[in-house]
Amino acid sequence: MNGNTTTVEVRNLLGEATRLKIDGYRLVTLSGVNTGPDQVEILYHFDKDLTLVHLRLAASREAPVPSISPIYPAAFLAENEIQDLFHIRFHGLVIDYQGTLFLPREMESTPFCRYDRSETPRPVSPDPQSAKSAGGA
Amino acid sequence: MRTSVIPFGPQHPVLPEPLQLKLTVEDEVITEAVPALGYVHRGLEALAQNRDFHQMVQVTERVCGICSVLHAICYCQGLEDIMGITVPPRARYLRVIWGELLRLHSHLLWMGLFADSFGFESLFMQLWKIRERVLDIQEATTGNRVISGTIRVGGVSRDMDARQVHWIADQLTWVAHQVRQIEPVLREDFTIRRRTEGKGVLTSAQARELGAVGPVLRASGIAQDIRQTGYAAYGELDFEPVTATAGDCHARCMVRLGEIDQSIDLIHQALDRLPGGDIRSEVRGRPQGETLMRVEQPRGEVVYYIRADGGKTLSRVRIRTPTFANIPVLVKLLPGIFLSDVPVVVLSIDPCVSCLER
Repeated sequence: MNGNTTTVEVRNLLGEATRLKIDGYRLVTLSGVNTGPDQVEILYHFDKDLTLVHLRLAASREAPVPSISPIYPAAFLAENEIQDLFHIRFHGLVIDYQGTLFLPREMESTPFCRYDRSETPRPVSPDPQSAKSAGGA
Repeated sequence: MRTSVIPFGPQHPVLPEPLQLKLTVEDEVITEAVPALGYVHRGLEALAQNRDFHQMVQVTERVCGICSVLHAICYCQGLEDIMGITVPPRARYLRVIWGELLRLHSHLLWMGLFADSFGFESLFMQLWKIRERVLDIQEATTGNRVISGTIRVGGVSRDMDARQVHWIADQLTWVAHQVRQIEPVLREDFTIRRRTEGKGVLTSAQARELGAVGPVLRASGIAQDIRQTGYAAYGELDFEPVTATAGDCHARCMVRLGEIDQSIDLIHQALDRLPGGDIRSEVRGRPQGETLMRVEQPRGEVVYYIRADGGKTLSRVRIRTPTFANIPVLVKLLPGIFLSDVPVVVLSIDPCVSCLER
């Protein structure tokens, strides 16, 4: 892929995003890719002076992913879209549509995964540790 | 002070497509804006999983009628990058010509709608009259007025003969003359300036922070244009990004006005330097790998992330359109302005809901 790619884990995602923000990188977008029944790969694409860098995160549908929207406000739309289409949950979103950005609440499947939505997704509260790191940005 | 929530859209006279903004107002001043999307979401990205990678060219062209050629160019460039295909020089120049014709008609369309948003009906009709001539060129060279259907993986499917090249140059001279006659109105008219200057101001720091793209970014003084990366034949043509510094609605209009002249100049350059030879390379095998490709559309940077596993279908096509990138900007621009200015500020980012809800 054009541009350097760094693999990150959930615990150091916010730290890497903060480092890129301090270095003057602009968030281009996020991409989600299904990699298994409960696994989704999330790619964070950044740009500085037309040069791209990417962060690659292996996320699980079971555990929420910290939102980078407190660091990069522009991320809130792309994160909500991934939440809709891949049923991945983000915590700490600046605007959280709870899976209804593009889809109606009664949907039982999404374009990229199938799941039972009989139980309304619970609002997720920010993890105190992650929120503290994001606040430091 | 009384607080109310007013739904702006999904059906609104200034919005040709359905988009809702939930506006919280105190008296006549906006205090918060929350976008509500999903009225026409089509799930086009998911089609990649059951369409041949060649068939997906047709799908990507239909993401947006106005930006059709540039969606197809971005997608094809992504596949060509993965498959290591070298596009013939003539095809690269033809892509520039059709891409710039598209930018030309898109900016004229937007300016007409913008004029309509503050009630300048005669200007709206004048601008759309000029746009018709650009659509005539598209129809004569591609067979279609809007969705051209000429971009293919490995090149293009239609060529131009010498007679068409001269005819396009003549037609563009007429378009340039007409735009020059209208330019003083857009630049100096008292009413237009009163309705657009100082409205929806975005500073360069905010533009970077919010990930603004295209004319919205450049109107805030940041000279970034994806064409500077030199894709297609842009690396062999002379141009500089058009910028403004005020960051308001008038500055965005002036950037687009400057880009009309720039597009005409780029097409003339491409026509003058159009090389001979083939228009399409052979495509062998199936794609395997991943890439992120970017192209500058009329509304800004479009991004295609493509992943292929060696099958005839692609495992993922992610499309990030310029309007998707500019919605966070809109959320920032609206608080603090009067309700009566909302249509002008919303239109100043040139929203395309078709792109937004792929």
